[in-house]
Amino acid sequence: MTIKDNLRYAESHEWVSLEGEIATIGITDYAQHALGDIVYVDMPEIGDEVTAGEDFGAVESVKAASDLYSPVSGEVVEINEALEDEPGLINQDAFANWIMKVKVSDPSEVANLLDAEAYAKICEE
Amino acid sequence: MEENLVKTCLHDRHVKLGALMSPFGGFDMPIQYKDITTEHNAVRHEVGVFDVSHMGEVRVTGPDAFKFVQHIFVNDVTGAPDGQIFYGMMCYENGGTVDDLLVYKVNDHEYFLVINAANIDKDVKWIFDNAEGYDVNITNESPYYGELAVQGPKAEEVLSKLLGLPLEEIAFYNFKTYHLDGEDVIISRTGYTGEDGFEVYGSHDFTVRLWDKLMEAGVQPCGLGCRDTLRFEVGLPLYGDELAADITPIEASLSMFVKLDKEEFIGKEALALQKAEGVKRRIVGIELEGNAIPRHGYPVEVNGEVVGEITTGYRSISTGKSVAMAMIQKPFDKLGTEVEVRIRKKTFPGKVVKKRFYDKNYKK
Repeated sequence: MTIKDNLRYAESHEWVSLEGEIATIGITDYAQHALGDIVYVDMPEIGDEVTAGEDFGAVESVKAASDLYSPVSGEVVEINEALEDEPGLINQDAFANWIMKVKVSDPSEVANLLDAEAYAKICEE
Repeated sequence: MEENLVKTCLHDRHVKLGALMSPFGGFDMPIQYKDITTEHNAVRHEVGVFDVSHMGEVRVTGPDAFKFVQHIFVNDVTGAPDGQIFYGMMCYENGGTVDDLLVYKVNDHEYFLVINAANIDKDVKWIFDNAEGYDVNITNESPYYGELAVQGPKAEEVLSKLLGLPLEEIAFYNFKTYHLDGEDVIISRTGYTGEDGFEVYGSHDFTVRLWDKLMEAGVQPCGLGCRDTLRFEVGLPLYGDELAADITPIEASLSMFVKLDKEEFIGKEALALQKAEGVKRRIVGIELEGNAIPRHGYPVEVNGEVVGEITTGYRSISTGKSVAMAMIQKPFDKLGTEVEVRIRKKTFPGKVVKKRFYDKNYKK
Protein backbone atom coordinates (compact mmCIF):
# COMPACT_ATOMS: atom_id res chain seq x y z
CA MET A 1 0.00 0.00 0.00
CA THR A 2 1.24 3.45 -0.92
CA ILE A 3 0.81 6.65 1.07
CA LYS A 4 2.31 9.85 -0.32
CA ASP A 5 4.08 12.15 2.11
CA ASN A 6 3.21 15.43 0.43
CA LEU A 7 -0.59 15.00 0.57
CA ARG A 8 -3.30 15.54 3.18
CA TYR A 9 -5.84 12.86 4.00
CA ALA A 10 -9.39 12.49 5.28
CA GLU A 11 -10.39 9.66 7.61
CA SER A 12 -12.88 8.64 4.92
CA HIS A 13 -9.88 7.77 2.66
CA GLU A 14 -9.75 10.72 0.29
CA TRP A 15 -6.50 12.55 -0.45
CA VAL A 16 -6.07 16.28 -1.11
CA SER A 17 -3.34 18.24 -2.83
CA LEU A 18 -3.64 22.02 -2.46
CA GLU A 19 -2.03 24.38 -4.96
CA GLY A 20 -3.03 27.99 -4.40
CA GLU A 21 -6.78 27.85 -3.90
CA ILE A 22 -7.33 24.72 -6.01
CA ALA A 23 -7.61 21.39 -4.16
CA THR A 24 -7.19 18.22 -6.21
CA ILE A 25 -9.06 15.31 -4.62
CA GLY A 26 -8.99 11.57 -5.12
CA ILE A 27 -9.25 8.35 -3.15
CA THR A 28 -6.28 6.66 -1.55
CA ASP A 29 -4.48 3.54 -2.63
CA TYR A 30 -5.76 1.88 0.54
CA ALA A 31 -9.35 2.70 -0.49
CA GLN A 32 -9.00 1.45 -4.07
CA HIS A 33 -7.51 -1.77 -2.77
CA ALA A 34 -10.30 -2.28 -0.25
CA LEU A 35 -12.95 -1.64 -2.91
CA GLY A 36 -11.53 -3.97 -5.53
CA ASP A 37 -12.18 -3.43 -9.24
CA ILE A 38 -13.84 -0.05 -9.64
CA VAL A 39 -16.49 -0.13 -12.38
CA TYR A 40 -18.13 3.27 -11.97
CA VAL A 41 -17.34 6.68 -10.52
CA ASP A 42 -20.30 8.92 -9.77
CA MET A 43 -18.75 12.38 -10.09
CA PRO A 44 -20.17 15.80 -9.29
CA GLU A 45 -20.80 18.37 -12.00
CA ILE A 46 -18.67 21.41 -12.62
CA GLY A 47 -20.15 24.30 -10.66
CA ASP A 48 -21.51 22.07 -7.86
CA GLU A 49 -20.89 23.33 -4.32
CA VAL A 50 -19.31 20.73 -2.05
CA THR A 51 -19.05 20.87 1.74
CA ALA A 52 -16.30 19.42 3.90
CA GLY A 53 -17.45 16.13 5.40
CA GLU A 54 -20.44 15.74 3.08
CA ASP A 55 -20.78 13.31 0.20
CA PHE A 56 -20.16 14.48 -3.37
CA GLY A 57 -20.41 11.21 -5.30
CA ALA A 58 -19.47 7.57 -5.09
CA VAL A 59 -17.08 4.95 -6.32
CA GLU A 60 -18.55 1.58 -7.16
CA SER A 61 -17.01 -1.86 -7.38
CA VAL A 62 -18.93 -4.80 -8.87
CA LYS A 63 -20.33 -5.56 -5.45
CA ALA A 64 -21.05 -2.25 -3.76
CA ALA A 65 -21.19 1.53 -3.84
CA SER A 66 -19.07 3.62 -1.47
CA ASP A 67 -19.88 7.26 -0.91
CA LEU A 68 -17.18 9.85 -1.48
CA TYR A 69 -16.84 12.60 1.14
CA SER A 70 -15.37 15.95 0.28
CA PRO A 71 -12.43 16.86 2.52
CA VAL A 72 -12.91 20.56 1.69
CA SER A 73 -15.66 23.09 0.99
CA GLY A 74 -15.88 25.01 -2.24
CA GLU A 75 -16.89 24.91 -5.88
CA VAL A 76 -16.13 22.05 -8.26
CA VAL A 77 -14.06 23.52 -11.11
CA GLU A 78 -12.95 20.36 -12.89
CA ILE A 79 -13.75 16.65 -12.94
CA ASN A 80 -11.56 13.86 -14.29
CA GLU A 81 -13.53 12.90 -17.38
CA ALA A 82 -11.16 10.02 -18.18
CA LEU A 83 -12.80 8.13 -15.31
CA GLU A 84 -16.15 8.12 -17.11
CA ASP A 85 -14.84 5.63 -19.66
CA GLU A 86 -12.09 4.04 -17.59
CA PRO A 87 -12.98 4.02 -13.88
CA GLY A 88 -10.39 1.26 -13.40
CA LEU A 89 -7.64 3.85 -13.79
CA ILE A 90 -8.07 4.47 -10.06
CA ASN A 91 -7.07 0.87 -9.38
CA GLN A 92 -3.96 1.34 -11.51
CA ASP A 93 -2.84 4.51 -9.72
CA ALA A 94 -5.14 6.10 -7.17
CA PHE A 95 -2.91 9.15 -6.67
CA ALA A 96 -2.37 9.97 -10.34
CA ASN A 97 -6.04 9.54 -11.18
CA TRP A 98 -7.75 12.30 -9.22
CA ILE A 99 -11.55 12.65 -9.20
CA MET A 100 -12.30 16.39 -8.87
CA LYS A 101 -10.70 19.80 -8.42
CA VAL A 102 -12.31 22.24 -6.02
CA LYS A 103 -11.78 25.98 -5.63
CA VAL A 104 -11.65 26.02 -1.84
CA SER A 105 -13.55 28.56 0.21
CA ASP A 106 -11.51 27.96 3.37
CA PRO A 107 -7.90 26.78 2.86
CA SER A 108 -7.54 26.15 6.61
CA GLU A 109 -9.76 23.07 6.17
CA VAL A 110 -6.85 21.44 4.36
CA ALA A 111 -4.46 22.17 7.22
CA ASN A 112 -6.84 20.41 9.58
CA LEU A 113 -6.71 17.16 7.59
CA LEU A 114 -4.45 14.24 8.48
CA ASP A 115 -0.84 14.14 7.39
CA ALA A 116 0.63 10.98 5.86
CA GLU A 117 1.81 9.62 9.18
CA ALA A 118 -1.55 10.06 10.93
CA TYR A 119 -3.38 8.58 7.94
CA ALA A 120 -1.07 5.55 7.88
CA LYS A 121 -2.03 4.88 11.49
CA ILE A 122 -5.73 4.87 10.59
CA CYS A 123 -5.10 2.34 7.83
CA GLU A 124 -3.34 0.03 10.25
CA GLU A 125 -6.26 -0.03 12.68
CA MET B 1 -15.70 -10.34 12.83
CA GLU B 2 -19.21 -11.09 14.02
CA GLU B 3 -19.60 -13.54 16.82
CA ASN B 4 -20.65 -17.14 16.37
CA LEU B 5 -20.06 -17.31 12.64
CA VAL B 6 -19.98 -20.89 11.43
CA LYS B 7 -16.97 -22.03 9.42
CA THR B 8 -17.38 -24.51 6.58
CA CYS B 9 -15.03 -27.48 6.29
CA LEU B 10 -13.05 -25.49 3.70
CA HIS B 11 -12.58 -22.35 5.79
CA ASP B 12 -8.83 -22.75 6.27
CA ARG B 13 -8.44 -23.38 2.50
CA HIS B 14 -10.19 -20.07 1.77
CA VAL B 15 -8.05 -18.16 4.23
CA LYS B 16 -4.85 -19.69 2.81
CA LEU B 17 -5.94 -18.69 -0.70
CA GLY B 18 -6.23 -15.12 0.56
CA ALA B 19 -9.99 -14.89 0.06
CA LEU B 20 -11.92 -11.85 1.20
CA MET B 21 -14.16 -13.37 3.89
CA SER B 22 -17.50 -11.98 4.94
CA PRO B 23 -20.55 -13.09 6.97
CA PHE B 24 -23.33 -14.67 4.91
CA GLY B 25 -26.32 -16.46 6.38
CA GLY B 26 -24.52 -16.98 9.67
CA PHE B 27 -21.39 -18.40 8.01
CA ASP B 28 -17.96 -16.87 7.42
CA MET B 29 -17.84 -17.23 3.64
CA PRO B 30 -15.43 -16.32 0.83
CA ILE B 31 -16.73 -13.37 -1.22
CA GLN B 32 -13.87 -13.41 -3.71
CA TYR B 33 -10.41 -14.94 -4.09
CA LYS B 34 -9.05 -12.81 -6.92
CA ASP B 35 -11.76 -10.54 -8.21
CA ILE B 36 -15.43 -11.01 -9.02
CA THR B 37 -15.01 -10.39 -12.76
CA THR B 38 -12.31 -13.04 -13.23
CA GLU B 39 -14.30 -15.60 -11.24
CA HIS B 40 -17.55 -14.74 -13.05
CA ASN B 41 -15.92 -15.15 -16.45
CA ALA B 42 -14.30 -18.45 -15.45
CA VAL B 43 -17.77 -19.89 -14.83
CA ARG B 44 -19.28 -18.39 -18.00
CA HIS B 45 -16.49 -19.59 -20.28
CA GLU B 46 -14.50 -22.37 -18.53
CA VAL B 47 -15.18 -23.81 -15.09
CA GLY B 48 -15.18 -22.63 -11.49
CA VAL B 49 -15.85 -24.18 -8.09
CA PHE B 50 -17.84 -22.73 -5.21
CA ASP B 51 -17.82 -23.86 -1.59
CA VAL B 52 -21.54 -23.97 -0.88
CA SER B 53 -21.25 -26.08 2.25
CA HIS B 54 -23.30 -23.45 4.05
CA MET B 55 -26.44 -24.69 2.27
CA GLY B 56 -28.79 -26.79 4.42
CA GLU B 57 -29.88 -30.37 3.79
CA VAL B 58 -32.98 -31.99 5.25
CA ARG B 59 -33.97 -35.61 4.65
CA VAL B 60 -37.62 -36.64 4.75
CA THR B 61 -38.31 -40.38 4.93
CA GLY B 62 -41.26 -42.61 5.76
CA PRO B 63 -44.53 -43.95 4.36
CA ASP B 64 -46.03 -40.43 4.04
CA ALA B 65 -42.91 -38.78 2.60
CA PHE B 66 -44.52 -38.11 -0.80
CA LYS B 67 -47.72 -36.76 0.72
CA PHE B 68 -45.79 -34.56 3.15
CA VAL B 69 -43.50 -33.07 0.50
CA GLN B 70 -46.59 -32.28 -1.57
CA HIS B 71 -48.04 -30.57 1.51
CA ILE B 72 -45.13 -28.20 2.19
CA PHE B 73 -43.88 -27.63 -1.40
CA VAL B 74 -45.61 -25.50 -4.06
CA ASN B 75 -44.25 -27.51 -7.01
CA ASP B 76 -45.68 -30.95 -7.88
CA VAL B 77 -43.49 -34.04 -7.56
CA THR B 78 -46.27 -36.45 -8.61
CA GLY B 79 -45.19 -39.21 -10.95
CA ALA B 80 -41.54 -38.17 -10.99
CA PRO B 81 -38.95 -40.86 -11.61
CA ASP B 82 -36.48 -41.54 -8.80
CA GLY B 83 -33.46 -39.27 -9.22
CA GLN B 84 -35.39 -36.23 -10.42
CA ILE B 85 -35.03 -32.79 -8.82
CA PHE B 86 -37.62 -30.03 -8.47
CA TYR B 87 -37.14 -26.34 -7.78
CA GLY B 88 -39.88 -24.56 -5.85
CA MET B 89 -40.82 -22.83 -2.64
CA MET B 90 -42.31 -23.51 0.76
CA CYS B 91 -44.97 -20.92 1.54
CA TYR B 92 -46.87 -19.65 4.54
CA GLU B 93 -50.68 -19.87 4.63
CA ASN B 94 -50.79 -16.25 3.41
CA GLY B 95 -48.66 -17.12 0.37
CA GLY B 96 -45.48 -15.41 1.62
CA THR B 97 -42.31 -17.41 1.04
CA VAL B 98 -40.65 -19.44 3.80
CA ASP B 99 -37.76 -20.35 1.48
CA ASP B 100 -36.96 -21.50 -2.03
CA LEU B 101 -35.41 -24.94 -2.26
CA LEU B 102 -34.53 -27.99 -4.31
CA VAL B 103 -36.33 -31.26 -3.68
CA TYR B 104 -34.40 -34.41 -4.67
CA LYS B 105 -36.61 -37.45 -5.10
CA VAL B 106 -34.69 -40.49 -3.87
CA ASN B 107 -37.85 -42.60 -4.04
CA ASP B 108 -41.50 -42.32 -2.99
CA HIS B 109 -40.49 -42.75 0.65
CA GLU B 110 -37.41 -40.54 0.69
CA TYR B 111 -36.78 -36.94 -0.36
CA PHE B 112 -33.70 -34.77 0.13
CA LEU B 113 -34.37 -31.05 0.54
CA VAL B 114 -31.68 -28.41 -0.07
CA ILE B 115 -32.43 -25.09 1.61
CA ASN B 116 -30.78 -21.70 2.03
CA ALA B 117 -28.10 -21.31 4.72
CA ALA B 118 -29.68 -18.25 6.33
CA ASN B 119 -32.99 -20.11 6.66
CA ILE B 120 -31.88 -23.47 8.04
CA ASP B 121 -33.23 -23.01 11.58
CA LYS B 122 -36.45 -21.38 10.42
CA ASP B 123 -37.06 -23.99 7.71
CA VAL B 124 -36.34 -26.99 9.90
CA LYS B 125 -38.77 -25.67 12.51
CA TRP B 126 -41.36 -24.99 9.80
CA ILE B 127 -40.97 -28.47 8.36
CA PHE B 128 -41.25 -30.11 11.79
CA ASP B 129 -44.20 -27.93 12.83
CA ASN B 130 -46.17 -28.91 9.74
CA ALA B 131 -45.48 -32.65 9.94
CA GLU B 132 -48.17 -33.41 12.48
CA GLY B 133 -50.35 -36.26 11.26
CA TYR B 134 -47.80 -37.41 8.67
CA ASP B 135 -45.89 -40.64 9.16
CA VAL B 136 -42.45 -39.22 8.33
CA ASN B 137 -38.98 -38.90 9.80
CA ILE B 138 -37.30 -35.54 9.34
CA THR B 139 -33.55 -35.19 9.79
CA ASN B 140 -31.54 -31.99 9.54
CA GLU B 141 -28.37 -33.34 7.89
CA SER B 142 -26.83 -29.89 7.33
CA PRO B 143 -24.01 -30.42 9.86
CA TYR B 144 -22.91 -33.61 8.06
CA TYR B 145 -22.77 -32.42 4.46
CA GLY B 146 -20.17 -30.36 2.69
CA GLU B 147 -21.19 -29.17 -0.77
CA LEU B 148 -19.27 -28.03 -3.81
CA ALA B 149 -20.80 -26.45 -6.92
CA VAL B 150 -18.65 -27.08 -10.00
CA GLN B 151 -20.03 -24.79 -12.68
CA GLY B 152 -19.27 -23.84 -16.26
CA PRO B 153 -19.12 -25.34 -19.76
CA LYS B 154 -16.11 -27.49 -18.80
CA ALA B 155 -17.62 -28.75 -15.52
CA GLU B 156 -18.64 -32.15 -16.88
CA GLU B 157 -15.25 -32.84 -18.44
CA VAL B 158 -13.23 -31.74 -15.40
CA LEU B 159 -15.36 -33.35 -12.72
CA SER B 160 -15.83 -36.64 -14.62
CA LYS B 161 -12.08 -36.95 -14.97
CA LEU B 162 -11.28 -36.13 -11.34
CA LEU B 163 -13.90 -38.51 -9.95
CA GLY B 164 -13.54 -41.19 -12.62
CA LEU B 165 -17.29 -41.08 -13.22
CA PRO B 166 -19.34 -40.90 -16.44
CA LEU B 167 -21.19 -37.75 -15.41
CA GLU B 168 -22.74 -37.39 -18.86
CA GLU B 169 -25.20 -39.99 -17.51
CA ILE B 170 -26.75 -37.37 -15.22
CA ALA B 171 -29.40 -35.31 -17.01
CA PHE B 172 -30.31 -31.71 -16.16
CA TYR B 173 -32.09 -31.50 -12.80
CA ASN B 174 -31.34 -35.15 -12.02
CA PHE B 175 -28.96 -36.72 -9.53
CA LYS B 176 -27.23 -39.97 -8.76
CA THR B 177 -25.76 -41.33 -5.55
CA TYR B 178 -22.29 -42.82 -5.99
CA HIS B 179 -20.30 -44.87 -3.50
CA LEU B 180 -16.94 -43.09 -3.39
CA ASP B 181 -14.12 -43.48 -0.85
CA GLY B 182 -16.39 -45.58 1.36
CA GLU B 183 -19.31 -43.16 1.54
CA ASP B 184 -22.41 -42.15 -0.40
CA VAL B 185 -21.90 -38.99 -2.42
CA ILE B 186 -24.82 -37.23 -4.11
CA ILE B 187 -24.08 -35.57 -7.46
CA SER B 188 -26.72 -33.51 -9.24
CA ARG B 189 -26.73 -31.59 -12.51
CA THR B 190 -27.86 -28.36 -10.93
CA GLY B 191 -26.50 -24.96 -10.02
CA TYR B 192 -27.17 -21.31 -9.51
CA THR B 193 -25.18 -19.74 -12.33
CA GLY B 194 -27.13 -20.29 -15.57
CA GLU B 195 -24.31 -22.52 -16.81
CA ASP B 196 -24.04 -26.30 -17.01
CA GLY B 197 -22.60 -27.80 -13.87
CA PHE B 198 -22.88 -30.09 -10.89
CA GLU B 199 -23.45 -29.91 -7.17
CA VAL B 200 -21.67 -32.52 -5.06
CA TYR B 201 -22.80 -33.44 -1.54
CA GLY B 202 -20.47 -35.50 0.65
CA SER B 203 -18.86 -35.64 4.07
CA HIS B 204 -16.55 -32.84 5.13
CA ASP B 205 -13.52 -35.07 4.50
CA PHE B 206 -14.71 -35.95 1.01
CA THR B 207 -15.49 -32.30 0.26
CA VAL B 208 -12.02 -31.15 1.33
CA ARG B 209 -10.33 -33.89 -0.75
CA LEU B 210 -12.38 -33.02 -3.84
CA TRP B 211 -11.67 -29.31 -3.35
CA ASP B 212 -7.94 -30.01 -3.21
CA LYS B 213 -8.15 -32.09 -6.40
CA LEU B 214 -10.03 -29.29 -8.15
CA MET B 215 -7.37 -26.79 -7.04
CA GLU B 216 -4.59 -29.09 -8.29
CA ALA B 217 -6.41 -29.33 -11.61
CA GLY B 218 -6.33 -25.53 -11.85
CA VAL B 219 -10.06 -24.92 -11.45
CA GLN B 220 -10.80 -21.32 -10.48
CA PRO B 221 -12.09 -20.99 -6.89
CA CYS B 222 -15.15 -18.74 -6.95
CA GLY B 223 -16.69 -16.76 -4.10
CA LEU B 224 -20.19 -15.69 -3.26
CA GLY B 225 -19.57 -12.36 -5.03
CA CYS B 226 -19.70 -13.91 -8.48
CA ARG B 227 -22.30 -16.45 -7.39
CA ASP B 228 -24.60 -13.45 -7.03
CA THR B 229 -23.63 -11.75 -10.32
CA LEU B 230 -24.05 -15.06 -12.17
CA ARG B 231 -27.46 -15.96 -10.74
CA PHE B 232 -28.64 -12.39 -11.20
CA GLU B 233 -27.77 -12.22 -14.91
CA VAL B 234 -29.96 -15.22 -15.70
CA GLY B 235 -32.86 -13.92 -13.59
CA LEU B 236 -32.64 -16.41 -10.70
CA PRO B 237 -34.02 -15.11 -7.39
CA LEU B 238 -32.15 -14.81 -4.10
CA TYR B 239 -34.13 -15.27 -0.90
CA GLY B 240 -33.92 -11.94 0.90
CA ASP B 241 -33.90 -9.96 -2.35
CA GLU B 242 -36.56 -11.27 -4.74
CA LEU B 243 -38.24 -13.66 -2.29
CA ALA B 244 -39.13 -13.08 1.36
CA ALA B 245 -41.77 -13.77 3.99
CA ASP B 246 -43.75 -10.85 2.56
CA ILE B 247 -43.16 -11.72 -1.11
CA THR B 248 -45.15 -14.55 -2.71
CA PRO B 249 -43.75 -16.65 -5.57
CA ILE B 250 -46.42 -15.12 -7.82
CA GLU B 251 -45.19 -11.61 -7.01
CA ALA B 252 -41.65 -12.85 -7.62
CA SER B 253 -42.76 -13.81 -11.17
CA LEU B 254 -42.12 -17.48 -10.33
CA SER B 255 -45.68 -18.77 -10.75
CA MET B 256 -44.48 -21.45 -13.18
CA PHE B 257 -43.24 -23.34 -10.10
CA VAL B 258 -46.56 -23.00 -8.23
CA LYS B 259 -48.85 -25.84 -9.23
CA LEU B 260 -52.30 -24.58 -8.32
CA ASP B 261 -53.93 -27.68 -9.85
CA LYS B 262 -52.36 -29.76 -7.07
CA GLU B 263 -54.87 -31.12 -4.57
CA GLU B 264 -53.43 -29.37 -1.54
CA PHE B 265 -50.41 -27.49 -0.22
CA ILE B 266 -49.75 -24.82 2.41
CA GLY B 267 -50.53 -21.40 0.95
CA LYS B 268 -52.57 -22.73 -1.97
CA GLU B 269 -55.72 -20.73 -1.21
CA ALA B 270 -53.90 -17.42 -0.86
CA LEU B 271 -51.80 -18.02 -3.97
CA ALA B 272 -54.82 -19.14 -6.02
CA LEU B 273 -56.68 -16.00 -5.00
CA GLN B 274 -53.71 -13.81 -5.86
CA LYS B 275 -53.34 -15.50 -9.22
CA ALA B 276 -57.07 -15.06 -9.95
CA GLU B 277 -57.26 -11.44 -8.83
CA GLY B 278 -53.87 -10.53 -10.24
CA VAL B 279 -50.92 -9.30 -8.19
CA LYS B 280 -50.57 -5.65 -7.22
CA ARG B 281 -46.81 -5.72 -7.76
CA ARG B 282 -44.24 -8.07 -9.19
CA ILE B 283 -40.55 -8.57 -9.92
CA VAL B 284 -39.43 -7.30 -13.33
CA GLY B 285 -36.16 -6.42 -15.01
CA ILE B 286 -34.96 -2.85 -15.52
CA GLU B 287 -32.29 -1.69 -17.92
CA LEU B 288 -30.71 1.72 -17.37
CA GLU B 289 -29.52 3.91 -20.21
CA GLY B 290 -26.32 5.13 -18.59
CA ASN B 291 -23.50 3.70 -16.55
CA ALA B 292 -24.88 4.36 -13.06
CA ILE B 293 -25.42 1.17 -11.09
CA PRO B 294 -28.77 0.42 -9.45
CA ARG B 295 -28.46 -1.33 -6.08
CA HIS B 296 -30.77 -3.15 -3.66
CA GLY B 297 -33.22 -0.74 -2.05
CA TYR B 298 -32.90 2.16 -4.51
CA PRO B 299 -36.33 3.67 -5.37
CA VAL B 300 -37.86 3.30 -8.84
CA GLU B 301 -39.96 6.27 -9.93
CA VAL B 302 -42.43 7.22 -12.66
CA ASN B 303 -43.16 10.95 -13.01
CA GLY B 304 -41.53 11.57 -9.62
CA GLU B 305 -43.73 9.04 -7.79
CA VAL B 306 -42.10 5.99 -6.22
CA VAL B 307 -43.54 2.86 -7.88
CA GLY B 308 -41.15 0.26 -6.56
CA GLU B 309 -37.60 -0.53 -5.58
CA ILE B 310 -34.54 -2.36 -6.80
CA THR B 311 -34.09 -5.87 -5.37
CA THR B 312 -30.74 -6.68 -7.04
CA GLY B 313 -28.72 -4.60 -9.47
CA TYR B 314 -25.32 -4.64 -11.11
CA ARG B 315 -23.31 -3.53 -14.06
CA SER B 316 -23.71 -6.88 -15.80
CA ILE B 317 -20.27 -8.43 -16.16
CA SER B 318 -21.33 -10.44 -19.22
CA THR B 319 -23.10 -7.64 -21.12
CA GLY B 320 -21.67 -4.44 -19.62
CA LYS B 321 -25.15 -2.99 -19.14
CA SER B 322 -26.52 -1.49 -15.94
CA VAL B 323 -29.45 -3.75 -15.12
CA ALA B 324 -31.58 -4.70 -12.15
CA MET B 325 -34.42 -6.75 -10.85
CA ALA B 326 -37.03 -4.65 -9.11
CA MET B 327 -40.35 -5.04 -7.32
CA ILE B 328 -42.70 -2.73 -9.25
CA GLN B 329 -46.34 -1.82 -8.69
CA LYS B 330 -48.83 -2.49 -11.43
CA PRO B 331 -49.35 -1.15 -14.07
CA PHE B 332 -45.75 0.06 -14.24
CA ASP B 333 -44.52 -3.54 -14.58
CA LYS B 334 -45.35 -3.66 -18.30
CA LEU B 335 -42.43 -4.29 -20.64
CA GLY B 336 -41.12 -1.05 -22.09
CA THR B 337 -42.47 1.17 -19.30
CA GLU B 338 -40.17 4.16 -18.88
CA VAL B 339 -38.96 4.54 -15.30
CA GLU B 340 -36.31 6.45 -13.38
CA VAL B 341 -34.07 4.92 -10.76
CA ARG B 342 -32.98 7.19 -7.92
CA ILE B 343 -29.28 6.69 -7.27
CA ARG B 344 -28.07 8.91 -4.46
CA LYS B 345 -29.03 12.49 -5.40
CA LYS B 346 -29.90 11.96 -9.07
CA THR B 347 -32.34 9.92 -11.10
CA PHE B 348 -31.39 7.89 -14.14
CA PRO B 349 -33.75 6.85 -16.96
CA GLY B 350 -34.39 3.24 -17.83
CA LYS B 351 -37.11 0.91 -18.95
CA VAL B 352 -38.81 -2.29 -17.84
CA VAL B 353 -37.39 -5.37 -19.58
CA LYS B 354 -37.51 -9.13 -19.11
CA LYS B 355 -35.67 -10.19 -15.97
CA ARG B 356 -33.16 -12.24 -17.90
CA PHE B 357 -30.09 -10.30 -18.92
CA TYR B 358 -28.06 -13.23 -20.21
CA ASP B 359 -29.21 -16.51 -21.77
CA LYS B 360 -28.85 -19.68 -19.76
CA ASN B 361 -26.52 -22.27 -21.17
CA TYR B 362 -27.82 -25.50 -19.65
CA LYS B 363 -27.10 -28.94 -21.08
CA LYS B 364 -30.57 -30.44 -21.23
